[in-house]
Amino acid sequence: MSEARNQSTAPAVELVGIDKWFGAVHANRAVSLSIASGSIHGIIGENGAGKSTLMSILYGYYRADAGEIRIAGKPVEIKDSHAALAHGIGMVHQHFMLVDPFTVLENITLGVEGGFLLAPGAAKARAALERLQRDYKLDVDLDARVGELPVGSQQRVEILKALYRGAQVLILDEPTGVLTPQEADHLFRILRALRDEGKTVILITHKLREILDVTDRVTVMRQGAVVAERRTADTSKEELAELMVGRKVLLRVDKKPAKPGDVVLAVDRLTVTDANGVRRVKEASFVVRSGEIVGIAGVSGNGQSELLAALSGIRRPSAGTIRLKGREISATHALDPAAMRRIGLAHVPEDRQRMGLVTAFAINESAILGYQGDPRYNGSVLMDRDKIVDLCGRQMSDYDVRPSDPRLRTAALSGGNQQKVVLAREFDRDPDLLLVGQPTRGVDIGAIEFIHRRLIAMRDAGKAVLLVSVELDEILSLSDRILVMFDGRIVGEVNPEEATERRLGLMMAGIAEQAA
Amino acid sequence: MSAASPTALPRWVDVVALPAVNLLAAFLLSGLVVVAIGEDPFQAMGLLVTGAFGNAESIGYTLYYATNFIFTGLAVAIAFHAGLFNIGGEGQAYIGGLGVGLVCLWLGDLPAVLVVPLAILTGAAFGAAWAAVPAYLQAYRGSHIVITTIMFNFIAASVMTYLMVNVLIRPSQQSPESREFATAATLPRLHEIADAVGLEITASPLNLAFLWALICAALFHVFLWRTRWGYEIRAVGANETAAIYAGISPARIIILAMAISGALAGFVALNELMGVHHRIILNFTGGYGFVGIAVALIGRNRPLGICLAALLFGALYQGGSELSFDMPNVTRELVVVIQGLVILFCGALENLFRGRIAAYFQRPATAGAVS
Repeated sequence: MSEARNQSTAPAVELVGIDKWFGAVHANRAVSLSIASGSIHGIIGENGAGKSTLMSILYGYYRADAGEIRIAGKPVEIKDSHAALAHGIGMVHQHFMLVDPFTVLENITLGVEGGFLLAPGAAKARAALERLQRDYKLDVDLDARVGELPVGSQQRVEILKALYRGAQVLILDEPTGVLTPQEADHLFRILRALRDEGKTVILITHKLREILDVTDRVTVMRQGAVVAERRTADTSKEELAELMVGRKVLLRVDKKPAKPGDVVLAVDRLTVTDANGVRRVKEASFVVRSGEIVGIAGVSGNGQSELLAALSGIRRPSAGTIRLKGREISATHALDPAAMRRIGLAHVPEDRQRMGLVTAFAINESAILGYQGDPRYNGSVLMDRDKIVDLCGRQMSDYDVRPSDPRLRTAALSGGNQQKVVLAREFDRDPDLLLVGQPTRGVDIGAIEFIHRRLIAMRDAGKAVLLVSVELDEILSLSDRILVMFDGRIVGEVNPEEATERRLGLMMAGIAEQAA
Repeated sequence: MSAASPTALPRWVDVVALPAVNLLAAFLLSGLVVVAIGEDPFQAMGLLVTGAFGNAESIGYTLYYATNFIFTGLAVAIAFHAGLFNIGGEGQAYIGGLGVGLVCLWLGDLPAVLVVPLAILTGAAFGAAWAAVPAYLQAYRGSHIVITTIMFNFIAASVMTYLMVNVLIRPSQQSPESREFATAATLPRLHEIADAVGLEITASPLNLAFLWALICAALFHVFLWRTRWGYEIRAVGANETAAIYAGISPARIIILAMAISGALAGFVALNELMGVHHRIILNFTGGYGFVGIAVALIGRNRPLGICLAALLFGALYQGGSELSFDMPNVTRELVVVIQGLVILFCGALENLFRGRIAAYFQRPATAGAVS
C-alpha cells in the first residue's frame, strides 16, 4: 500500500537508543524505533511498558537520558512541545486539551491567532481549516462551542488543531477510549485518509483489535524495551498479546452457565438528576439476581455513572425506587453510602483515582476507605494501625498486588495494582450486591485476566453483580444478561450469546433495533 | 507512564535538606539587605542568634513566642488537612481569649486545679464556636471560608473593642483593660516553678502554656493519624469525592475540623492572658494568628515540623527585637523583612531548589540501579 510507496524516502521519525530513568525506574531501555513516512504505526504494550514515556520524549515533555531522535533523517533536539511542533510533530492527547466555552475555531487558533486583532487571522484560519476538513473528512462545525460537542467531534478538533499547526507526524494516545465502535471506525477512516495524503500516524493503544484494524506496522513494548516489531498483516491477536505480556494469555473468559437465584436488587422507574438539574437516568427499571452478572453497555456519559451513584447511595434518586435485599430506597427514604454498605453493598467505582482511592494515603489507609469505622480495627478512640496493615498485607498477597508493602503510598502503585487494592477491599467484605464500574480501565492485560476471573468467582459464590463498562469485549465476555443504556434510559436487553458488537453499537448510539 | 513521579526524593532530603537549603538562601538574601544598609551581616547574624538563644532569659522569650506559634500553626494545619484554609486564627484566638478571660475573672476564686481546666475548656469552646460559624456557612451555604474567616477577624476585633471599652473595663480607669485575674487563675512561669524547687532562673514570660502546646502537638498527631475521625478529616482534605464514596459527610468534617482549629487558636489566650498579662487586654493576639499560616506552611502541616517552625519564628521574633535594639540601623521593619524572606523561601518558594537537588539525587540512584 502506501507503505511501499514511501519506502525510498527517509523514515519520518527515528528513535535511536532512547534511555530514560525516573529515579530508580528504567522507563525506556535503549529503545530504537523507525517509523516510515506515510504509514500508520501502532505502539502497543501494557500500562507501564514505557510507550507513553517514549512518546512524551518525542513530543518534548521529557528529555531522554541517552539516545537520538531523527526527523526525516536529520538528528534533532526536542526541548519542548513548541520544538516538536516546529519539527512537524503533533499530539492528540488521551484527555483533550480544549477550552470548553470557546468555539472550535477559537480553540484551534489559540496561541497562533496571528496578529493583535483576531478577525483577519480568523478569516485566514477558517479558509485553511475548511481545506483541511475537505481533504481529511474531518467534519465539525467551526462555530460550535467545544463544550457542546460530542467527544468524537472534540477529538476531531484536536486532530484539526495539530494539522493546522503543520503536523506531518500525528501521535494519538489511546484515542478510542471514549468512543463508540462507530465513532472509532470514523476515526480510523480519518487516519487512513491522513496516511494516504502522506502524513504519518503513530497510534498508542492497548487494544489489539485497533492495531489489527488500522495499522501498517506494530511495535510491541514490554518493561521499557521494544520486544518485537511486526508487519500488521503478518501477526495475530494471540501473538501480540503474548508478546505484550511475555507469556500465553487467555483472551477468552472461561465460565460455567450462571445459576441465578433470588432478586437482590430491584430498580423501578429510577430517575436521577445531576447537580445542574439535568435528568441523567430516566425511569430505569431492571433487576439483578444472586449468582448472575448483569452488564450495562453504553458509551460513557449516558447515565451509567449517575446510575451507579444512585445505587451506591452517593446521589439521592429524584424519583422511582431502589430495593436492595428488601430495603426500599427512594427520594424520600435515601440512604448514605455507609448505610448501603451495611445492608450488603460493595462498590468498585468507575474512577479509582478520583473516587476509589485516596492516592495521597498509604495503601493500608486506602484499603479501609469506606470501612474506616469497622470495629475489627477500631477501639473506642484509637485505630489499631498494625491490624490494618496486617489486613491490607493479606489482601495484597491474595490479589497479588506488587510491590506488596502496605505502607507505600497508594500513588506508587500502577493502575492495575491500584485496581486490585480496590477489588480486594470491596470483595473481602462478603457483600450481597457488587456494583462494578469499569473494572479494567487502564489495567494491563495480565491483570485484566485476573480481575475477570475474580468477578466470575464472585458470581459463582452467589453474589449479584452489576457490571458497567464501556469495553464491549468485557461486557460480552462476562455478562449473563446485557442491558444497553442510552441517554439515561435502558433501551434494551440482549442475551450475550446473540449479541454482536455491531448490534450493541447501534443500540448504544440510540438507533432503534428495527431501523438497523 | 512510569509509576515513580519525577519528584520522588529520599524522605530525609524532603524533611531536612530542602528546608535547610531554603533557610540558608533566606539568610543569604537577608545578609545582602543588611549589607545594603551599611551594617556587617555577620555581626547582625550573631546578634540575632545570641538574642534568641544567648542566655536563659532570651531562650525563655523565644520559647514564649514559640508557644503562640505552635497553637496557631496547629490550628492552621488541622484545617488544612481537611482541605480548608483558615485565615481566621487571629479572630478565633481573640474570642477564645474572651472565654478564658471570663472564667478567670469570675471563677478566679476557685482553686487552680479547677480554674485552669475550666479556662482551657472555655477558651477552646469560644474559639471553636467562632470558627464554627464560617464552617457552617462553608458547609451548608457555600460561602468561601477564606473570605468569611477574614471577615470574622474584623468582627472579633470590633466585638472585643466594644466589650473592653464598655463592659469589661476595670472601673475608674482610662485604658481598656479588665481587672487583674486572681492568682489561682494564672499559669505559673518557668522561673517561678524553678524558684519553688530552689533553682534560680532569670525571669521570662515562658510559662506552663508551653507544656500544654507540646501536649496539643502530640494529641494532634494521635488524633489525625490514629483515630477514624482524623482519617475522615484527611480523606476529605485529600480527595473529597473519595470521602463521599466512603460515606463520610464533608459538611460534618468541615465543621469538626474548623471547630478544632478554632479551639487550638483560642489557646493563644492561655499563654498571653493567663501566662503573661494576667488580665484581658486589647489586641493581645498581636498577629500570631496570621504567622500561624507561615508556621504551618514551613512545618509541612506536621506537628513536629510545626514545633520546629514555631521555634524558628520564636527565635526570629526574640532575636529580631534584640537585633534592632543593638543595631539601631536595623529597625523593627527590617526584622519584619527578614521574617518575610524566611516565609518566602521556606513557604512560597519551597520548590525553588527542588529540581536541582532532585537531579543531584537521581544520578546516584540511577548508577545504583544500573550496577
